[in-house]
Amino acid sequence: MSDNLLFAMEAALNGVTVGIMYSLVALGFVLIFKASGIFNFAQGVMALFAALTLVGLQNGQIPFAPIINAAFGTSIHNFGWNLPSLVAIPLTVLVMIGMAWAIERVVLKHLVNQEPIILFMATIGLAFFLEGLGDIMWGAEVKRLDVGIPQGMSSWVDETTYNLFGYGFFIDTLSLYALGIAAVLVTGLVLFSQYTKQGRALRAVADDHQAALSVGISLRFIWVLTWSIAGIVALVAGIMWGSKSGVQFSLSLIALKALPVLILGGFTSIPGAIVGGLLIGVGEKLFDFFMQPVIGGATENWFAYMLALVFLLFRPQGLFGERIIERV
Amino acid sequence: MLYREAGDFKTSYASDNQTFPIRFDRYAYWVVMAVAFLVLPMVMNDYWANSIVVPFMIYVIAALGLNILIGYTGLLSLGTAAFMAVGAYATFKLSTAFPAMPIYLVFILSGLVTSAVGVLFGLPSLKIKGFYLAVATLAAQFFLIWLFTRYGWFFNYSSTGQISMPERSMFGVTITGATASSTAVYFTCLIFTVAMAWLARNLTRGQMGRTWMAIRDMDIAAEIIGVNPLIAKLSSFAVSSFFVGVAGALMFGVYLGAVEAGEAFGINKSFLVLFMVIIGGLGSILGSFLGAAFLVVLPVLLKILLVDNLGWPADLARHLEIMIIGALIIIVLIAEPHGMAALWRTIKEKLRLWPFPH
Amino acid sequence: MKMTTFAALLAATTGLAAPAVAQDLHFPMLNYRTGPFAPGGIPFADGYQDYLTLINERDGGIGGLPIRMSECETAYNTERGVECYESIRGDNPLIIQPLSTGITYQLIPRVTADGVPLHTMGYGRTSAMQGETFPWVFNYPANYWDGASVAINYLLSQNGDSLEGKKIVLLYHNSAYGREPIPTLESLAASNGFELVLIPVDSPGQEQSSQWLQIRRERPDYVIMWGWGVMNAVAIQEAANIRFPMDHFIGIWWSGSENDVVPVGAGADGYTALTFHGVGRDYPLYDDIQTYVVDRGLAAGNGDQIGSAVYSRGLYAAMLAVEAARTAQELAGHAQINAAEMRAGMEALSITEERLAELGLPNFSAPFDVSCQNHGGGGAAMMQQWDADTQTWSLITDWIQSDRELIGELATADAAAYATENNITPGCL
Repeated sequence: MSDNLLFAMEAALNGVTVGIMYSLVALGFVLIFKASGIFNFAQGVMALFAALTLVGLQNGQIPFAPIINAAFGTSIHNFGWNLPSLVAIPLTVLVMIGMAWAIERVVLKHLVNQEPIILFMATIGLAFFLEGLGDIMWGAEVKRLDVGIPQGMSSWVDETTYNLFGYGFFIDTLSLYALGIAAVLVTGLVLFSQYTKQGRALRAVADDHQAALSVGISLRFIWVLTWSIAGIVALVAGIMWGSKSGVQFSLSLIALKALPVLILGGFTSIPGAIVGGLLIGVGEKLFDFFMQPVIGGATENWFAYMLALVFLLFRPQGLFGERIIERV
Repeated sequence: MLYREAGDFKTSYASDNQTFPIRFDRYAYWVVMAVAFLVLPMVMNDYWANSIVVPFMIYVIAALGLNILIGYTGLLSLGTAAFMAVGAYATFKLSTAFPAMPIYLVFILSGLVTSAVGVLFGLPSLKIKGFYLAVATLAAQFFLIWLFTRYGWFFNYSSTGQISMPERSMFGVTITGATASSTAVYFTCLIFTVAMAWLARNLTRGQMGRTWMAIRDMDIAAEIIGVNPLIAKLSSFAVSSFFVGVAGALMFGVYLGAVEAGEAFGINKSFLVLFMVIIGGLGSILGSFLGAAFLVVLPVLLKILLVDNLGWPADLARHLEIMIIGALIIIVLIAEPHGMAALWRTIKEKLRLWPFPH
Repeated sequence: MKMTTFAALLAATTGLAAPAVAQDLHFPMLNYRTGPFAPGGIPFADGYQDYLTLINERDGGIGGLPIRMSECETAYNTERGVECYESIRGDNPLIIQPLSTGITYQLIPRVTADGVPLHTMGYGRTSAMQGETFPWVFNYPANYWDGASVAINYLLSQNGDSLEGKKIVLLYHNSAYGREPIPTLESLAASNGFELVLIPVDSPGQEQSSQWLQIRRERPDYVIMWGWGVMNAVAIQEAANIRFPMDHFIGIWWSGSENDVVPVGAGADGYTALTFHGVGRDYPLYDDIQTYVVDRGLAAGNGDQIGSAVYSRGLYAAMLAVEAARTAQELAGHAQINAAEMRAGMEALSITEERLAELGLPNFSAPFDVSCQNHGGGGAAMMQQWDADTQTWSLITDWIQSDRELIGELATADAAAYATENNITPGCL
């Protein structure tokens, strides 16, 4: 096999894993959009907040330490204990559920039945608010996130492909774990939405709010449930990306990478998020590989959107999105 | 009592069709013009002029442009910052290539260049609708910024990739460059803002505005009654991009003076202008002004209040600032989902009847 | 109601903006403790403020006049940088250090028009070392082209003075900052015979797998990184992932801080970076900082950044500013100096070994002089290496000098272009 072909295969393989990482972020968007018709601009910031909380709990940080110190002149920073990940993660999940409940009470309840653009704006306000809150609670320095997921070149893949092709492919072990975790998550979500009572209620709400209300589904409860699940998905995405690059403000910018995934896959489809992620990931890496000598690098940002645009021209609602039916 | 329409009779079609039919509005408009042109330059100090009023006016122009696209035509665009970058780079290339060209003409030409680019990236709107259209403009956003940083022709092959506005003057007054007086900069921005707002108001009041609003409300029905969707959508992109391009040209030319595409015109700027339009009120000229004021002036006022007056540490103040703005956005939306312009309209309705409750 | 609050605040700040008649030295601090680059801005701001606090507490100020520090938060945003500058320019600022290349470019024409010295230490516009074209801008002791040259000189020393046939990758942040070393490196590649491969990383650099796959394919001998913010940590992590030898991975000084290596953990062991000042707490000055600043509860921020790489940089910047102020006071003959006198002091600044030892920072900086023609200092830097076990940086070389001849040529050409574009007649003030 020619070198170029092997390199292209390696690039494509990495594209698959990167795409899954994007999908993890996109999943949160899809969930909330499906159930409440809101495009949650705050999803990236929620991932950051979840990761910050996790690291804070793991290290025994005192929340709001800077304010307390400034107000009372004390100099406290840590409680002194370290929590193992197995304890910290469920605690963080509880925090995210609490946050979902608070968001529903304070923001969503008052904005029932508003136009999507208004709800979108409310999530923007929420994003600002959470960003400032996260900084004040846990501080703005870079933090190391370690929940025990191994990183580094996967020797297994390296050796296997070396034996097969004479060139060892590089895959980050973290990405393989991400693949596994994403598979589990998506399976869990699909099972939940198809086979449980609450899942059916969620699909009902996604279909038509009024109708769901009229059969007795508590809209508010469903929203709390959806935002909690989205919060948990955000936590998973935050853990994955935070392990890669540390927990800091830029983590919230991964939402921008998830947008073309959403657009390609359709806003309302969970499998769409996965497929869209794969397409964008592979497309990005292959385009960079082939075009780098011609037009230089750093094309990933715009290529993902161009790819999504081309798909949209043939399928205006995304690959798996609901067909937009307009009645005049 | 104050804001009444009773007793205000019109005797010609022209006066009936005017922009401000109510006398109070007309007088208020002339008072605001007088204050802006005559009073403010006298009382304002350099800090207020350069850091608050000038960016406010520039963002008003950008918000007007985006409002035409989103508010009046219903086409969601997230590429505002990249179009501002087109305006800025066009200004740079034109003013360095033709040093003798009057700078106001350069700004207007930059707007026209941006118009052309906007029409190009608006073509997908003929097929794609709703949130999905955001992708075409996002593609424009990232692609244009990449283009400006990649090819040296755009920044005259400077080793740093930044563009700097050379010093230009008109009628003997320096308008651009660091030696330009804040008064000259203020008046430049004010003239452009007034002209653009006048243009926007009259376009949206006229036939073109009505075709845009028809597209926004129900584009298939509009097509059936004879509105050409191609012309309507592309003209909306063209006009909107013209406004945004002029805003970008002014931002680079008179406000910042030196710009790097990725940092000054990144996606955050697009979102900022979008927030202004939505908070201010979609489909309203006044809304653009209010939204720009909210998002430009409020952070500075908060900073002055928290840091200078209350003496809090600057980073805590900044985090609180962000939280307060976020909370205010949510509160405004809960109180009045259609933005501050709608709030103003409600107040005007109450004023019409004041002091009677109904 | 909004209008009246607006008007009231307008009136209040119009009143506030009138400069107060004060007997002090105003050192404004344009910090960014928030925003995407906060992890880099916080330690610098802490170091800067702590040193100035130390001077006030221990020495009572400079020449008997206390230092007045004013903090303005820019969040690394150019427009806020302009707003901060506008708010302080009427208040007799003596020196401005924005710590941001973007804000620097904004300020260069403004400070030239207003007459306020700008010190862009190790960043900003490199050709500002040509003091005759940029009388108000200083970038001593080293700039980016110095850094590129020092890195190549270090690699030459590691390879028996020859890099013929080697392959060096420049992994750079796709912005004006990242592109700075390219002309210098290309010229050095031509003269030294190594192959230079340029690989850009789009801001913010959270996702670099394409770039590192390419590096893995190219199999370079060395990778030089010009990164900032999260790009650094991700790059080091990816390098560790593909098992690239860490000691062949060289970062510029803005890619060599604790924020970049700590998130990577053990994988970052051996990563090397440039630095133009000493590292660690092993200097007598830190005892003074402990006594006069920390123990008195006046430490900036959390107090947890003391001794880190970028904290030392902030300390260094403040030290240079204070020394320049002292020189200015001597030249002017009085203690209450203004901006023009401060500029003269900066232009006459001379840092010597003896002075550094007196200050409690022996061998912390390379000795250098500033002159009207040379605003760029000496151009020497050292290499520091990260030890993941002890979680410290340690210096692995002594001062390495850059090729100032080559850099001088490039700088002169660039400064001349700037001068013609902006109608400046070069000359000494």
